[in-house]
Amino acid sequence: MSSSTNYRSLGAAKRSRASKQDLRLAIIFLTPAAIGFLVFLVWPTLRGIWLSFTSYNLLTPAEFVGFANYERMLGDPVFWNSMKVTVEYVVINIGLQTAIALIIALLMHRLTQSTLLRGIVLMPYLVSNVVTAIVFLWVLDVQFGVANQVLEWIGVDKIGFLSSETWAIPTIALINVWRHVGYTALLIFAGLQMLPNDVFEAAKLDGAGEFRSFFSITMPLLRPIMALVLIMTVIGSFQVFDTVAVTTGGGPANATNVLQLYIYDVAFGRFQFGYASAMSVALLLVLGIITFIQFRLTRAGSSDMN
Amino acid sequence: MNANQLPAKTRAARFTAVLATAALALTGCAGTTENAQPSNTIDYWMWDTSQLPSYQKCAADFEKANPDLKVKITQYGWGDYWSKLTASFIAGTGPDVFTNHVSQYPQFVSLDVLAPLDDFKDIQGVDQEAFQDGLKDLWTGPDGKQYGMPKDWDTIAMYYNQKILDEAGVDPKEISDSQFSPEGGGSFEKLVAHLSIDANGVRGDEPGFDKNHVKVYGLGLSNAGGDNAGQSQWAGFAATNGWQATDQPLWGTHYNYDDPKVQETLDWYFGLSDKGFMPRYGQFNSADGVLGQVTSGSVAMVSDGAWMNASYISSDTKIGAARLPKGPDGTSKSVINGLADSVVKSSDNQEGGARWVAYLASKQCQDVVAKAGVVFPSRTDATNITSKIYAQQGLDPTAFTGPVKDGNTFYLPVTDHGADVTSLIIPALEDLWANRQPASTLNGTNDAINNVFIK
Repeated sequence: MSSSTNYRSLGAAKRSRASKQDLRLAIIFLTPAAIGFLVFLVWPTLRGIWLSFTSYNLLTPAEFVGFANYERMLGDPVFWNSMKVTVEYVVINIGLQTAIALIIALLMHRLTQSTLLRGIVLMPYLVSNVVTAIVFLWVLDVQFGVANQVLEWIGVDKIGFLSSETWAIPTIALINVWRHVGYTALLIFAGLQMLPNDVFEAAKLDGAGEFRSFFSITMPLLRPIMALVLIMTVIGSFQVFDTVAVTTGGGPANATNVLQLYIYDVAFGRFQFGYASAMSVALLLVLGIITFIQFRLTRAGSSDMN
Repeated sequence: MNANQLPAKTRAARFTAVLATAALALTGCAGTTENAQPSNTIDYWMWDTSQLPSYQKCAADFEKANPDLKVKITQYGWGDYWSKLTASFIAGTGPDVFTNHVSQYPQFVSLDVLAPLDDFKDIQGVDQEAFQDGLKDLWTGPDGKQYGMPKDWDTIAMYYNQKILDEAGVDPKEISDSQFSPEGGGSFEKLVAHLSIDANGVRGDEPGFDKNHVKVYGLGLSNAGGDNAGQSQWAGFAATNGWQATDQPLWGTHYNYDDPKVQETLDWYFGLSDKGFMPRYGQFNSADGVLGQVTSGSVAMVSDGAWMNASYISSDTKIGAARLPKGPDGTSKSVINGLADSVVKSSDNQEGGARWVAYLASKQCQDVVAKAGVVFPSRTDATNITSKIYAQQGLDPTAFTGPVKDGNTFYLPVTDHGADVTSLIIPALEDLWANRQPASTLNGTNDAINNVFIK
């Protein structure tokens, strides 16, 4: 009895020594990442939240103003317009991008194994946002752009893709669909490859056609992947900035003044870092809420695979 | 000098520059304290490349006369200039002296980064009576102190494409003799209509003119004018119709965009684009400015500022200049504006900086600048040299000196909260041009602007 106790306590001691060593090792490995996380993520976020309660112009010390920035935000028509414009952009961008990406992924999955083709699909994503925007700015130019030249040949009147109030946001959304669709398709494609083949074979034996097996098997099984893709792309989409800054600069008449651009202008054009921080916090909250809703609606945490 | 007409690429560059600022500001890595001992190198910043050679020559002459000082000139494009400047003030690495613009300096005055010039001995030695009238007032702050030493000036004129005018049988004199009226447009609109040609060769004043397929527009436009109160677009028209942008000519605290006088002018002005006499918004790439419109022959004439003279002269197309048309009050009015040199408060050698500023305003340096024929120098004697050069190059200098001579100039609004005002008025004016909203929509914008001043 005593020996066994001895043995046990010895084992426990050994184990605890081992786990202490593990802990030390873990800390050593985690420290660099943790420092980065604290310095570049936690601290700026906390400081940003603090600044949103101040009046701050960079050159003189920040001055606490309570909720004044938030009150101003609620009554600021430009802010609400920016919110509306951003949502319009996200809906067009994400809707089209996800649909097209899903089709491309299915085609890649079912029809080809070619790595070259997968590479080509991903190519637009490798081009920088600013370069993409400048190229499209030229292609869509009203006077000299290729696109309007083609329209003229067809006999359609020229369209101010980036200069008309109605067209500008859809155009920018489509430019970013072009850039991101390959990447999104590749994510979905990776998800498709993980699906077990036997369920599809069983479905085939039971006489299910392509469409039936897509809607009844592929989509439900793909749900966690789609949820992840949607959450990631929606967050990215809300943060659109560079394409707009390069192509329209927010015009015509605030028609493309997306939230990030407005925040940038208030901060670096007008030196109101307090108000800009307040709007950034608002964006953070909106994104948090949307992500939470998406997570719940798509039950992203569970899978139907088991 | 128009921030909104920047090519996309500089806008992107400015964005990256600002990101760097942001990183500096947010991580709090602001500023190493500079050496206590005054350095003998004066850092001088400017944005205009075409003026760089003349100022390099001035710097060389200055160093010869002041062996204890060196001048280091740095040039950044207009797009990067202001964000770099702000970043450098925060980081404590800024210039000692820099070229300043009236749309920006009130903000720097309120941020307390500029040194008042009045107290420097060298500045007191400058004969400011020799300057073109009104330039010194432009650079005098609300506290009565001077924050910039005027270095040049500019007015607005009509630049025309000689070939298009010849083909239309129009004498350039007809432009300056014509009269604009907010009701019906007057003889000026008739002229603009006559100069417009549609795809079938029908002129704007002939029956059957197709306003939707225009080959040559009578009047060019590339920017609705929000960033500088219509300076090179419609400000002259509004002024001769009796409009003043703010309650006081300088340092006003109330804007007047709700004045029917400016609103009827704007309704008429942007209305030209409905008639096919002026491009619609987005018709031309705004980054190319009006210069490209008139030199490419897509437009018969454009209003633009004297700072562009060298570019119009060097174009392959023959371009002439005429005074802006007259208006309801019987005169032709133009904005007068100018750049100046400012000394930075945090500079480690303010005295040396002031000596350089004084030299830039001296007859020696101003004559060097005048002979380059790029801008009108602020000294009246040097202005005559530049006028002669423009006349030789075929650009009538009286189109620019005329308004100054007969006293028909007015200032840009110089007020506090300049950045807020432009942020509000730029989209509102774009709305008038792009979406053809009535100018009465400016009432709401004007209230929003004036609210900024109440707080």
